[in-house]
Amino acid sequence: MTILLLVLRSLRQHALSTSATALAIALAGGLLLSVWVVKTQSQATFTQINTGFDAVLGARGSKLQLVLNALFHLEASPGNVAQADYLFIKSHPAVKRAIPIAVGDNLRGFRIVGTDPELFTEVEYAPGEKFVFSTGRLWQGEAKEAVLGSFAAQKLGLKVGDIFHPFHGLIYDEKNQHAETYIVTGLLAPTNTPVDKVVWIPLHGLQTMSGHDPNTATDVSAVLIQLRAPAAGFMLDLMYNRQGNRLTFAYPIAAIMGDLFAKIGWFDRVLALVAYLVALVSAVGVLVAIYNSMVARQRDLAILRALGARRRTLFSAVVLEATAIGIIGMIAAFAVYAVVASVVAAIIRSETGVVINPWITHPVMLWAPLGMVSLCALSGLVPAWKAYQTDIAGNLAPSS
Amino acid sequence: MPKHDHMSLLSITSLQKSFVSPEGTASSIVDVPEFSLAAGQQIALRGESGSGKTTFLHLIAGILAADSGSILIDGQNMATLPEPSRDRLRAASLGYIFQTFNLLQGFTCLENVELGMAFGPLGLDRTRAKELLGHVGLTARLQHRPHQLSTGQQQRVAVARALANKPKLVLADEPTGNLDRRNAREALALIRRICHESGAALLLVSHDADVLSTFADVRDFAVLNRATQEVAS
Repeated sequence: MTILLLVLRSLRQHALSTSATALAIALAGGLLLSVWVVKTQSQATFTQINTGFDAVLGARGSKLQLVLNALFHLEASPGNVAQADYLFIKSHPAVKRAIPIAVGDNLRGFRIVGTDPELFTEVEYAPGEKFVFSTGRLWQGEAKEAVLGSFAAQKLGLKVGDIFHPFHGLIYDEKNQHAETYIVTGLLAPTNTPVDKVVWIPLHGLQTMSGHDPNTATDVSAVLIQLRAPAAGFMLDLMYNRQGNRLTFAYPIAAIMGDLFAKIGWFDRVLALVAYLVALVSAVGVLVAIYNSMVARQRDLAILRALGARRRTLFSAVVLEATAIGIIGMIAAFAVYAVVASVVAAIIRSETGVVINPWITHPVMLWAPLGMVSLCALSGLVPAWKAYQTDIAGNLAPSS
Repeated sequence: MPKHDHMSLLSITSLQKSFVSPEGTASSIVDVPEFSLAAGQQIALRGESGSGKTTFLHLIAGILAADSGSILIDGQNMATLPEPSRDRLRAASLGYIFQTFNLLQGFTCLENVELGMAFGPLGLDRTRAKELLGHVGLTARLQHRPHQLSTGQQQRVAVARALANKPKLVLADEPTGNLDRRNAREALALIRRICHESGAALLLVSHDADVLSTFADVRDFAVLNRATQEVAS
């Protein structure tokens, strides 16, 4: 009780340095939590998302580029797949379903992707989850009709019945407007997958858009594939990637996305290192702040000793004060984390359509505060030792 | 073998304390062959600045360790106790009033008085702290910090704090040295009255003739202390 009173009053008496030090800890802790949770959540989410497909067939090139382009709607298409190749894989006995996609246009920065209606009627984008329309319906036949993912609809401000002109290319340039007009016939319910940020139109519509090369009007950009059995994926991998040289068969998707995180793992490590260093600097800040104040506190400590406080009482009070600063800082760190993680999650959603959940509990939310508070307690040992050594008589001036 | 007066609250025999200068020479500061104080007794020690009076009080309070001799306080020898035991004895049995009040500036008046009892067997007792502050006329200042009080009021808080742990002995080191004449008179009267009412013995050191003139029993520290060398402890 007495120690608690001493700690609380000391924190109040040194409110400015306490606040500044706690803020530094909050920033360090918040950064550490953000880096860790966003990293693990992103990795878990991106490697699990395949929107219902086992593999992607595309032009010869990088498997990662192919997956990013065809499933995450990022990156440029590595090239085209001829209609004959599409028909071949579609009819392959190992393939359960093959859905073609064609890319190359956008609507104010949101990709327009041409595909078959089967994508929306037959495919489960996640186990047990089929696409659902929040309003409207799917396009009919080859009509110039469009279906919008939920995020694209929200950002573009379009609703059923609205009409738009597509723009050529993957990057929005108002000078590259196509002559055709499309009418919005349906809006998809949110799926928290990259599908949400796409404007979907019939495959034929994109293939034959004005200004596109008529010689490639039957080509597709990639084919999304569901396999009958996982073993078929390795057989097709052998056929296309080892024996063939025109096309790339990206399989398994989770492993390819895992490679992406392995490649950018250094970035995570740099961020984590920065967070650790900031945490260390904050702990040293606690040490310096309390240690510097010890000179001013010598008289108070001597008075407390004169009142009967034992050396170990003062030692404990200083360690507890450092610990309290750590606890205050880490409580504030969760507020910093909430802000940073929300912003990062919003950026990831707008760039990829993928929704990560930063509020999910993670072991780092336990060990980071424990670690940081322990570090602060340790940093309190040095000033606590100074408090322990306080000379009473020398600090109780004047004498007679 | 020194003889102790078993009726005394405080009984000192052959108490010695010296300090070693940076040059390595030892200077005797306190050399008191014998001194005693009965329970409830009030004694004033006369002495000039630098005569070692504060060191003498620090030795009695266990703030400084004696080189040799005996300081019996209520049957316990402060001079031979290890430091933690000296701290305990000080917290349980002694009150200390300083010339400069030595109030903790970050704490309220009430908390300052509470800390006067916090380290002893009584522990924190807010009710008693309020009563004591009421007794010294500061009921309206419980939540004030020391810097918000006049010097006279600060000394009254210090008096309340010194009595907080129900001490058997109160040590007062030039308690009126920082007060004007009127406040000094009032503070001295307060200290003596409260000690008398609580049954605590009072050992007060001062060089102020006005203060000393109010005591029936005044001892000359220069006579009491055989250390001849003038010191500045």
